[in-house]
Amino acid sequence: MLLFVFPNALDPFRLNLLAKYLCFAIVAIGLDLAWGYAGLLSLGQSVFFGLGAYAFGMFLKMESAHGQLPDFMSWSGLDVLPGYWRFFKDPLFAALVAILLPAGCASGLAYLLSRSRIGGVYFSIITQALAFIATTLFIGQQPFTGGTNGLTNFATIFGQPLKDAAVQTQLYRATVIALALCLAIGAWLARSRFGRLLIALRDDEQRLRFSGYNPAVLKAAVFGVAGGMAGLGGALFAPQVGIVNPDSLGIILGIQMVIWVAVGGRGTLWGAVLGAVAVNGAQSAVSEKFPDLWQYAIGLLFVGSVLLFPGGLAGAIKGIPGLLRRRPTVAIQPAGAENIEAEEAEKLGAELVRV
Amino acid sequence: MTLILSGLFNGLSVASILLLVGIGLAITFGLMNVINMAHGQFIMVGAYVAYVCGNLATRVVGAESAGNAFLLALPASFLVAAVIGWLLERGLIRFLYKRPLDTLLATWGVGLLFEQAAKNIFGAPNVTVLVPKWLDGSVNLGPDITLSYARLFIFGLALVALGAVYAFLFRTDRGRLVRAVMQDRAMADCLGVRTERVDAYTFAIGAGLAGLAGAALCLLGPVGPFIGTDYIVQAFMVVVLGGVGQLMGTVGAAAAIGGLDSVFNLQYSVSIGQVIVFAAVIAFLQLRPSGFVRTRAR
Repeated sequence: MLLFVFPNALDPFRLNLLAKYLCFAIVAIGLDLAWGYAGLLSLGQSVFFGLGAYAFGMFLKMESAHGQLPDFMSWSGLDVLPGYWRFFKDPLFAALVAILLPAGCASGLAYLLSRSRIGGVYFSIITQALAFIATTLFIGQQPFTGGTNGLTNFATIFGQPLKDAAVQTQLYRATVIALALCLAIGAWLARSRFGRLLIALRDDEQRLRFSGYNPAVLKAAVFGVAGGMAGLGGALFAPQVGIVNPDSLGIILGIQMVIWVAVGGRGTLWGAVLGAVAVNGAQSAVSEKFPDLWQYAIGLLFVGSVLLFPGGLAGAIKGIPGLLRRRPTVAIQPAGAENIEAEEAEKLGAELVRV
Repeated sequence: MTLILSGLFNGLSVASILLLVGIGLAITFGLMNVINMAHGQFIMVGAYVAYVCGNLATRVVGAESAGNAFLLALPASFLVAAVIGWLLERGLIRFLYKRPLDTLLATWGVGLLFEQAAKNIFGAPNVTVLVPKWLDGSVNLGPDITLSYARLFIFGLALVALGAVYAFLFRTDRGRLVRAVMQDRAMADCLGVRTERVDAYTFAIGAGLAGLAGAALCLLGPVGPFIGTDYIVQAFMVVVLGGVGQLMGTVGAAAAIGGLDSVFNLQYSVSIGQVIVFAAVIAFLQLRPSGFVRTRAR
């Protein structure tokens, strides 16, 4: 349905928006594998997303420049194309870099950190610092990255004008296929022995270590997969938005990615997809009309989803059958479902305090 | 020689700012193990308290000597931020002590709320805070080496704050209770310490120190809703590098990061400097995963 109905039913602008959300959903799947399954909360997933976006953006830039020096380089006083840029004329090379470079970086970082047994919140803080530094680096190296403006003015992709509705529809279809592929890979990984090891890693790392597994290798593997997916999402994002700038590497985006997964429900891959689409959809809908309100809404969303719904949307949907069975009690107390939920949350809170 | 000296002073100045921002984190994160992502917004609260103090003083005593109200603003910003911190701990954080990653997300949400509230109340553009006139000048130590009074003042303030925290933790009864609860909560609870209360005021102190840092940052330039965010990432790195729960480690790490930062900034550029510092921190943690100062387990 995503593949065939929506391209005809939605106008090009909405289709393009949906395509962006689906790119984010690809990132969310990877993040969910790392966080929901293996317990590695990365606040710097945006870095891998951004690397993918930049890598594919470089290809688009090279194509738009028709073999000339890209415009921002001559503005920044560069006369010769840096050597490594030359390779990005090849789309296949750019796509490979867009996936493999973030995967490699992610996996290397995770290995180094877990080898010295830095986990939990330290891992999160260091990944956030990574996002901070990547942003400053890409802004600072203007001659090579386009600085604050980033890479802009993409004209064509494979000789077709990028703004063309047909091209956008094709890109949208490619995104849907990539999303399905990632979802399949993720589900397969999660159900395999590897997935069970990841859950073991999350729940009791010591015990896993004593059972003879090396947590550092496992973490490097899952974080590499997550990084690769983020890169793929970024590579698909670049041509559909038509601009790649340092915001796509930044701290804000990095933490937004976490909230998609938290709202959708960590530990369920389809929940992550749902979360990415729902949160972004809500963001567009609310901020179009009340820009100020959105920040309050997302702040409350953070607090609420953590405090009241640790299972996220997926957890809530899974809980519906149970609620239905408990209907009679609800009918006896006319207080309304919301009050009961609040009471339950309070009880939960009180229990936590006692623990 | 002058380059080295000015680099050294610059490094000290950066280090003292990092220390001032990081010391509150060292308490909430280091001692309590609570990741307060809203720490940056507490800094902002402190800065705006200083702004409000300056405005009130202008109305009362006139613009001429209103800058001196800044001295009153320092304790005021501590108090306001501490009270807000206390409310936050009671209202939210105490439910999440067992789930550190969730605390991180929830406090980030709180930070967003604060930020938007500040935008709505004070407006998105930066505001200038009135500071005492006598902090305007600078000391000249030979050619090309100037030390602004403002930076010296921040350096002194960081030392005072450090001394006060140290004295509180190691020389007062309340401080002893804090250390007891953080080291062995169950035991302290058994011995009749009201751990919930200790948690609340420890967090309040951490938040208050962030407020103080915010007021101090007013000396360096205009104040905006995002003032805290600029410092928060590096402050977290300071605490991680310093070794969690170690005040002295925090001091050392602030000095190290501040020093390296200014050296590499001189040598290369700001962006490359930060990358090198980050790489250095990761490399150092490879050698000593628990930071500068290791907690000895008995």
